[in-house]
Amino acid sequence: MRHLLSAADLSREGALELLDVAEEMAATQAREIKKLPTLRGRTVVNLFFEDSTRTRISFEAAAKRLSADVITFSAKGSSVSKGESLKDTALTLQAMGADAVVLRHSASGAAHRLAHAGWSGVGVLNAGDGTHEHPTQALLDAFTLRRRLAERAGGDPARVLEGARVAVVGDVLHSRVARSNVLLLETLGADVVLVAPPTLLPVGVGTWPCRTSWDLDAVLPDVDAVMVLRVQRERMGGGGFFPSAQEYTRRFGLDGRRLRLLPDHALVMHPGPMNRGLEISAEAADSPRSTIVEQVANGVAVRMAALYLLLAGEDAA
Amino acid sequence: MASARPVLEAPEIGRVLTRIAHEVLERNRGADDLVLLGIPTRGTHLARRVAERLVAAEPGAGPLEQLVGSLDVTMHRDDLRRNPVRALGRTSLPPGGVDDRVVVLVDDVLFSGRTVRAALDALSDLGRPRAVRLAVLVDRGHRQLPIRADHVGKNLPTAAEESVRVMLEEVDGRDAVLISGPDGAPEPTTEPAAEPAPGAADAEGAR
Repeated sequence: MRHLLSAADLSREGALELLDVAEEMAATQAREIKKLPTLRGRTVVNLFFEDSTRTRISFEAAAKRLSADVITFSAKGSSVSKGESLKDTALTLQAMGADAVVLRHSASGAAHRLAHAGWSGVGVLNAGDGTHEHPTQALLDAFTLRRRLAERAGGDPARVLEGARVAVVGDVLHSRVARSNVLLLETLGADVVLVAPPTLLPVGVGTWPCRTSWDLDAVLPDVDAVMVLRVQRERMGGGGFFPSAQEYTRRFGLDGRRLRLLPDHALVMHPGPMNRGLEISAEAADSPRSTIVEQVANGVAVRMAALYLLLAGEDAA
Repeated sequence: MASARPVLEAPEIGRVLTRIAHEVLERNRGADDLVLLGIPTRGTHLARRVAERLVAAEPGAGPLEQLVGSLDVTMHRDDLRRNPVRALGRTSLPPGGVDDRVVVLVDDVLFSGRTVRAALDALSDLGRPRAVRLAVLVDRGHRQLPIRADHVGKNLPTAAEESVRVMLEEVDGRDAVLISGPDGAPEPTTEPAAEPAPGAADAEGAR
């Protein structure tokens, strides 16, 4: 693996290998000594042009647990606020000896540009680019889902997600998580349905490998998991995507009544951060079937796996 | 591999493992505090077989699950950057862990000693055993580190560029130890290769 830019780049075998490595990484994180010497001498740069708490901390923890050196670079207080371009920043990082860059950027395609523009030879991990993709989030969601469904049903871990039914609910339009999840879950054989108001579905959603629905109540009784997306009001500008927050909550919010429509084994997932009371009620977020905190813990293991596969082997360059 | 010459066949492997089990018991004066950790992939199966013989030989030995585990060393290897990235094996310890117990590491082939070095590092992250011993099915020489085995199934003098392959029923469908010349060529009757084949060092811990 040279870069991890899009969930679409992962083959079924590649995705399963990453999830299996993540499973072993998670086992090491249950031990007293969590640190491994695997990436000693490698340098990982966290390049964050956009605010993020959990993804940045998760990548930082993952790199440190593997003994890589971590340099965290956030756009605020850096030369980016003086107008430095992505290219010049990339050249600076290469000059400092970075082996991999974890990039979060507000522009869709920024990670692809950094990886393929020929500016530098470093490996690039996309940690969210605009409204495009967030592959490690999709991987940790798939990891969490696979683990929980395997606990219940057992069977071959490579096939647990085949035929699993997943509803992705909410602001699909602005969600990089939704796109990555749809692509990855399709690769792993799951059956995905997007539930959202028509104004929050992207143009061309008909070409995505999933179904769509506007009726959450009708979808919930038939799913193994429901992933609730954050309503990204910071990307909505003047509004107009739905009449009011109350109406959105009434039609698409996951509340106590809708929680009881789910089958007994079904999971409630959310990539965080949550708008409690808007897309998810406190009852749903804190219910025993919620995996929201578990997702964060699994995020470290999945990112360790991604860094391992990207950096542990012989130099590709 | 028509050119591979068998040096151990199934019945001999069985006898060798029985002997190792008895040696381990004798050295430890019983089965108290023993833990056998196999190094994946084939070491795990060998550890299990030795543990089965140990339980059969020693009435006081605990159930198999208390006695045997596996120790993956991939993330502690010193040659990660020289090879394509490897999948990880499984590490699983018996319920009591390794603290203050006598750990016997089990692997198929002892060659450079680098896998064992990695195993010792991996082990120190898991706890502090009272003692660590090493049991191998085949010792083929050419050590690059000051490491020796306590229990050896068979000492096998080899040339560095030859490769030794252990096959086990659980993984390969048959039990055998094969030796073959460089690049799978027949016995080195012709001139040996000027340099060791690049893959030769991988024969240890082949998976």
